[in-house]
Amino acid sequence: MRDLIKSALAITWKDLYAEWRTKQVFSTMLIFSGLVIVTFSFAFDPTNNTIRAVIPGMIWVITIFAGILGLNRSFISEQYNDSLHGLIVSPIDPSSIYFGKFLSNFIIVLFVQMITIPLLFILFDYKMNGNILLFLLVLFLGSAGFICVGTFLAALSANSRSSEMLLPIILFPVISPIVIAAVQSTRILLIDVEEIESLFSWISLMAGYDLLFFVFCFFLFEFIMEV
Amino acid sequence: MIKTVTLNKTIAEKTILNDINITVNQGETIGILGPNGAGKSTILKIIGGLMKPSFGHVMIDNIPVKENNLEIKKKIGFLAHNSYLYEHLSPVENLTFFGKLYQVNQLEYKVKELIREVGLQFFMNEPVRSFSRGMIQRLAIVRAIVHDPSILILDEPHTGLDQQASRILNELILKKKEQKTTILMVTHDLAQAIETCDRFILMKKGVIIDDFVLENKNVHQLKEIYLRQVG
Amino acid sequence: MHRSLIWILIILMSVALYLVFIWSPIEKVMGNVQKIFYFHVGSAWVAFLAFGVVFVYSILFLMKRKRSYDMIAGISAEIGVLFTAIVLTTGPIWGRSAWNTWWTWEPRLTTTFILFFLYLAYIFIRRMDGAWEKKARLAAVFGIISFIDVPIVFMAIRWWNSKLHPIVFGDAPNQSGGGIEGEMLVTLLFCLGVITLLYIVLLQKGIYIERTKLAVENVKKNIQEKLMK
Repeated sequence: MRDLIKSALAITWKDLYAEWRTKQVFSTMLIFSGLVIVTFSFAFDPTNNTIRAVIPGMIWVITIFAGILGLNRSFISEQYNDSLHGLIVSPIDPSSIYFGKFLSNFIIVLFVQMITIPLLFILFDYKMNGNILLFLLVLFLGSAGFICVGTFLAALSANSRSSEMLLPIILFPVISPIVIAAVQSTRILLIDVEEIESLFSWISLMAGYDLLFFVFCFFLFEFIMEV
Repeated sequence: MIKTVTLNKTIAEKTILNDINITVNQGETIGILGPNGAGKSTILKIIGGLMKPSFGHVMIDNIPVKENNLEIKKKIGFLAHNSYLYEHLSPVENLTFFGKLYQVNQLEYKVKELIREVGLQFFMNEPVRSFSRGMIQRLAIVRAIVHDPSILILDEPHTGLDQQASRILNELILKKKEQKTTILMVTHDLAQAIETCDRFILMKKGVIIDDFVLENKNVHQLKEIYLRQVG
Repeated sequence: MHRSLIWILIILMSVALYLVFIWSPIEKVMGNVQKIFYFHVGSAWVAFLAFGVVFVYSILFLMKRKRSYDMIAGISAEIGVLFTAIVLTTGPIWGRSAWNTWWTWEPRLTTTFILFFLYLAYIFIRRMDGAWEKKARLAAVFGIISFIDVPIVFMAIRWWNSKLHPIVFGDAPNQSGGGIEGEMLVTLLFCLGVITLLYIVLLQKGIYIERTKLAVENVKKNIQEKLMK
């Protein structure tokens, strides 16, 4: 188990370092998020007061659409020079590839959220007055569930030549529960604070989803890694 | 020691390997020769753990490869046709990364020494993306031996290399041979094969058609046998 | 065996139609439209059954790697998607008269909708390029993941829904056996049985077609090899 985490961290570090060198995925995700925000401002009148109601949805639309860009790259980039095969022949558990990739994708998405969500609040003139810590917890759990399944299915769809088209199609239906839970709990925190008691059940749903799918993906991953 | 027991592989109803039984002793250097589509690379991939056989199994040091997977993988160095290297990382970073996965001791020192050995010390911190094919292949081979494997698997290592790079590669292989490393090599290049290998296995259409030892380094003799058997 | 099943199916299907349209009483509130619900419920049941079969055979495939397991899973998914589509069309037709709207984001309907997309995704994975072993393996993995997703989807949607709307549609007549008349129940159970038989026949047919396809492909390949020699 210690070896597994060690090699997973080596993979995470390698991915993040390569990303730090090129900043390709990160910058693409940021620019894309910015464009989505601009599109939202056309779609929903930013001066209207009802805009508050759609902000929770916007947060997750941005996260998921930008996240898919990164997920698509995460295994395609391993195909250049067949480096994924290099990982398969090395003495590591296939699950550590999953774990390492999960962590690097997760960290990148969290960084993107750290920039885009404040930007969204500023541009739509939204004053946050809910519980910040709970809000961060919701962001954390929601993104974790999304990336957990996303990383797994990105590895699956990387086997196809048209993986960029395949990934969204297979990912969205599977993550629909986490999307519902994340949007609902964000809505409760940002807008309908009076429903705060039901927040707990949403958070536990997300935590349960994260745990269940992490375990399943973790153990099923070796079937995806066969050549 | 490697032993393959009735290895069979079919992909999409097509037989790639048909009852392959090879026994390789410690320290042997083997060249696997044959025309395209003979299943040469597939044998290497199965031994290296990249592919699962449809039937049969591989024994390494008397242990079936299925169990104890990680310990066996640590003994194998695998150089495929593709380099497995990461474009955006430098040689040092690439080797350090793979060294970590193989849990190599004194990694930092070792990485530098290996890079020096293949003459890349001036490009140690350049990203691999800017390298020529020859430089990449040099780095690819040290990637395969960063953990001092006792079994070295080479899949067409000479393809696309110039004279000098081929020479460095052969020197490295011969050095490994002296250290009693078992070497399995698939190649089309008979001249390069005879430089380094002692035993030859000829394959055609997924079966072994000849298996002989040739230590006199006579290319013509090898060519004659190859043409007679494979045609 | 297959042929006789088809004959039995045709006879039973006619009996089912008789039961549905002539024998069973007409529902007082909704009238004739209510009859669609025998097929609606039957299709929903078969869809779930089909996806359960996909799940079981996906696990079996990953363990045994037999091509026939993969085939059964794939065909079952196709039949499941077909019946989900029937559920999604009959549902609104009935809903139009029961709830006076074509579509509501009601938990069962929404879950079925997502189910439809889940298994459409499964079929997309099967249509990937490459050797069948690879596609079968990946599809099997997805078949497992999507099946365990279904209850969570249902739960999430139900929570989401109960928060937004107070319970309007509380007990639609298809949920509990309690409010249903005896003759209707008999008809319903009979329909369930017949549609399950239809599923079995379709599955057999699908396997037969798939095997024929493979045989044709093999013959083609052999001819190709002979001609190229």
